[in-house]
Amino acid sequence: MRIAGTGIGQGVATGRVALMPEPLATPSDAQSTIGVEAEKARSVESLGRVARALEERGATAGGTARDVLEAQAMMAEDPTLSDSIDELLGQGKTAERAVSEAFAAFRDQLAAMGGYLGERAADLDDVAQRVIADLLGVPAPGVPELDEPFVLVARDLAPADTALLDLDKVLALVTSDGGPTSHTAILAREKSIVAIVGAADALSLDEGQTVVVDAAAGVVVADPSADEVASAEARIAERAALVDAPATPGALADGTAVPLLANLGSSKAAQAAADGGAEGVGLFRTEFLFLDAGGSAPTIEEQRAHYVELLEAFPGKKVVVRLLDAGADKPLAFLNDAHEENPALGLRGLRALRVSEDILREQLTALAEADKRTSADLWVMAPMVSTVEETEYIVGLSKELGLKTAGIMVEVPSIALMADKVFETADFASIGTNDLTQYTLAADRLLGSVASFQDPWHPAVLRLVGEVGASGARASKPVGICGEAAADPLLAVVLVGLGATTLSMSPSALADVRASLARYTLDEARRLAETALAASGAAEARAAVTAALESLKETHS
Amino acid sequence: MVTRTVRIGSSHGLHARPAKLFTQAAAAAPGPVTIAKGDGKPVNAASILGVISLGVEHGDYVTLSTDAEGAEATLDELTELLVTDHDES
Repeated sequence: MRIAGTGIGQGVATGRVALMPEPLATPSDAQSTIGVEAEKARSVESLGRVARALEERGATAGGTARDVLEAQAMMAEDPTLSDSIDELLGQGKTAERAVSEAFAAFRDQLAAMGGYLGERAADLDDVAQRVIADLLGVPAPGVPELDEPFVLVARDLAPADTALLDLDKVLALVTSDGGPTSHTAILAREKSIVAIVGAADALSLDEGQTVVVDAAAGVVVADPSADEVASAEARIAERAALVDAPATPGALADGTAVPLLANLGSSKAAQAAADGGAEGVGLFRTEFLFLDAGGSAPTIEEQRAHYVELLEAFPGKKVVVRLLDAGADKPLAFLNDAHEENPALGLRGLRALRVSEDILREQLTALAEADKRTSADLWVMAPMVSTVEETEYIVGLSKELGLKTAGIMVEVPSIALMADKVFETADFASIGTNDLTQYTLAADRLLGSVASFQDPWHPAVLRLVGEVGASGARASKPVGICGEAAADPLLAVVLVGLGATTLSMSPSALADVRASLARYTLDEARRLAETALAASGAAEARAAVTAALESLKETHS
Repeated sequence: MVTRTVRIGSSHGLHARPAKLFTQAAAAAPGPVTIAKGDGKPVNAASILGVISLGVEHGDYVTLSTDAEGAEATLDELTELLVTDHDES
């Protein structure tokens, strides 16, 4: 049997299917038929069983996971929760319903408190689902826990599922729902996991069935022949060799250099990225420093130590640090605690930093000090810049505090359209394609119901990229791409054709993008870009470029 | 009833790991212990959900109470946990 879907990337994998259990429905509020005491015994037994299982997993996992799992075990047997379950059981509810209601009440209470407590709410949800599943005698929802690596087959994956995904165990992802911009697809691209999304018939696969998942062809082959498995294994080995091959600097077929940089979220990952062939860092996110510091901003000294660690991994190389980007998806209470109706359009990025200029000045000072102590080429850029005035402000302040190279991120259409004026002040621009897509198409990137709009292949987004690329070329200033789009091997070529001079991506995407760029000349990249710009929508642009590639391949051979 | 008011030393306040350590110790105490934040309502110190939902932050004051046997020793032990910064590493 062959199941078609949208392949993400060029990979192939083979292995056995593990089906992701469906999320449980809320238990019905029907009266218990077995009586209060019997329901009470059932709930105590299940809560205990789940707590023991969590403790056991904690002991196996060790480290910080152990603390989280032990805390979850304690939540299951919490005396306050147990009182509340008993009270609900006393009203004649079933154990399933009482557990569900009691957990939900605590969950809502924690979620309403926000911040760290909001995160505990998700832990609590997970415990509740486990207990209800145990009561019902069905498998617990969530990613299956198997000893052997498997091909995960699911309807779709939620962020909470993927956060728990043990990447060493997942050979490939196959979803029946979701498109090329779903959370699953984004994760797959980021982590270089072989994936096929929107494979409508995927749920007809059986647990343990052997499959070949061919992302390049967009097909899942169930019960493959020995030949099909052998051919898949040969391709897996070939791709592994590609990844292991010594990383050469990113370049087009005609030798045009396109430095390939890494997106990093912590200085700990810096050395691994450098070892993996990153020619520098195109986006270093600094939020973690501030999120980890808890309720307040870290000191200049604390920040400096982290920046030094980062810069030391890239001696003589370019490292672009993004100033603190608090906002819609990563709120920091000390920067903006106000409730906003439209946080994506609110006081975020540079706007929030300007209001707390002391925090901004401290960060710039720490960066300048770290720069002096190391030999890396440090650039800083501000997030969520929407006016030329803001550009002048942040470039001016950065220089005043001793930084040599300062630029801005292009995430808002207004600033993309004003790119020529931006380059009169800024030393460089870096395009954040995820936010640029969200703002260009007016579709909240965190909202599942409008996820289909979040596609950087949309010609409206590409025209804005082209605008910035052309202005950068006229001013002889670099234009980087640091969004999701740069990790798409095909779109990467189009972006270079539109004038991007560097591409930055998660380190796992470097090998595929490097191989893709090496296939085309600058002229070809420009022609592919024109093809994409001339399309009427995202899907049409992708299809037109894919078709143009086919004809290019013919002329090459 | 023996009570003691303590300032929280943990830099992340009383959630996550510090809350777990504290509740584990409170549950092991010979009798019931309560914890209240500021002038707030006391909650069962052996309840991780009760403790977490107090929303206790670094520097907040909490009051521990118990009338169980060995109250002083129990409160000594719990106080020690609260003033320590468990997130320091």
